[in-house]
Amino acid sequence: MRTSLHGSNCGDSCCLRVENLSVQIGNDVILKDASLHVHCGEMVALIGPNGAGKSTFLKAVLGQQEHGGIIVFSAPGQRGKKPKIGYVPQSPQFDPGDPVTVADLFVCCMSKRPAFLGASKAMKQKILECLDRVHGVDLIDKRVGALSGGELQRVLLALALEPIPNILILDEPLSGVDVEGMSTLMDMLDEIRNTYDLSILMTTHDFSMLEKYADQVALINRGITALGTPEQVLSSPAFEQAFSRKGGAL
Amino acid sequence: MSIWYAICDALPVEMLHWDFMKNALLAILLMAPLFGIMSTMVVTGKMSFFSDALGHSAFTGIAIGTICGIAAPLWAAVLFSILFAVLFSYVRSRSNHAADTLIGVFSSTAVALGIFVATLGGDSFTKYNQYLIGDILSITPAEIGALALILVFVISFWVISSNRLTLTAIYPQLASSRGIRVGLSQTVYTVAIAITVTLTISSVGLLILNSLMVLPAAASRNVSKNLKQYHLFSVVFSLIAGILGLVVSFYLGSSAGAAISLSLAAIFGISFCFRGRCK
Repeated sequence: MRTSLHGSNCGDSCCLRVENLSVQIGNDVILKDASLHVHCGEMVALIGPNGAGKSTFLKAVLGQQEHGGIIVFSAPGQRGKKPKIGYVPQSPQFDPGDPVTVADLFVCCMSKRPAFLGASKAMKQKILECLDRVHGVDLIDKRVGALSGGELQRVLLALALEPIPNILILDEPLSGVDVEGMSTLMDMLDEIRNTYDLSILMTTHDFSMLEKYADQVALINRGITALGTPEQVLSSPAFEQAFSRKGGAL
Repeated sequence: MSIWYAICDALPVEMLHWDFMKNALLAILLMAPLFGIMSTMVVTGKMSFFSDALGHSAFTGIAIGTICGIAAPLWAAVLFSILFAVLFSYVRSRSNHAADTLIGVFSSTAVALGIFVATLGGDSFTKYNQYLIGDILSITPAEIGALALILVFVISFWVISSNRLTLTAIYPQLASSRGIRVGLSQTVYTVAIAITVTLTISSVGLLILNSLMVLPAAASRNVSKNLKQYHLFSVVFSLIAGILGLVVSFYLGSSAGAAISLSLAAIFGISFCFRGRCK
């Protein structure tokens, strides 16, 4: 477990600094004064009840949501350069009948050559390299609608890892993945952050993986109501209050 | 056109002795890839009801053009369809209604307006029958030229925008997270559908036009594994049905549009039987 630094003077070790983030839509305050520091190489999990503001927090970080407060990214050793962000949105419900393969999805995302002409040899090689990072080379010709939850997450992860980002942001990567697939996926995320020395910020509803994999957990409930190691947050009064009122998401 | 006529004359095919059949065949050869390509996105983007509504709006445009005494009511229809498509996109992006509800609103309004305008002052509706049934045998070289132009435009647009449109249709969150803004592409696409539908309405007929916009890709989807096959089969099915329909209508004396639609329906039926084996 890495030591979690949290404070205003993280220096070079801070990959993402969020200070007093507030989001208000109409009269509804979605988030208020949420502050979080994600350090380089750290895995941070955002947890909270449904509608607590987790996805809004990620959208604000990604610049897709108007907000108050400060959000600063910094790439380690690359002061002044724009850090690369890899993003895995929530899994879609692909239509099982859509004739779109994993290779087509990559071409649509990464190439100017129209996907209906098929992938060029160079593009196919690149797709295989990307899929190899998530041990998914065999998925290249599978239709996206035929992928299992775990396979789909690996494909989306492979897309987010090209180019290799400084910070990887995942929205509910474990939803729709079976228990065995969850361990495989979390092991893979752990391996990826160690291999590429990147930070990971993810939302999740599954707390069983937190102690083993997360360095820091932030409980979001219209703001950050608990922050610390998984043990600290899962045993906090704020955690009990958030989930007992909602009927227990555990 | 003279080169095309010479090619047809050189072919030992009886039905190509007549100029109207030569025109019709050329029109089919241009229309088939046009519908084949466009139908892929109509089906992937779940817009089949929308393209049907555009056909209705085109009819309204023709009625308005006729009543206003415009020399070529077809161009009035093109303008009205574009207006319809842009207005629909605008309302859809600013409304919390489901797309099919809004399409119902626009479609029924367009039809009602078309019939209202067409029958103003006790006018007979009969003169509009050609737009309901269509007659490809009366297509003019000028209309064929317009079809060729729109085909070139659609292919160019497809090469530039199809990746972004496909990604947005199947996974909008990923598209927006990658900075893909498809507002303009989607508007151009709906305008392209509007123009295609309007230009072909008098040849194919409003009542069956939408089958050409949906069936090629629907049949292709049954047997395609990837986007390349999806587009290829859609165009090939469209071509086969177009030529087959024209031949059948020539020898049986039926409406060509209806024969083409039925051919496509037959291809869909056959592809449906093979759907499990090809994927």
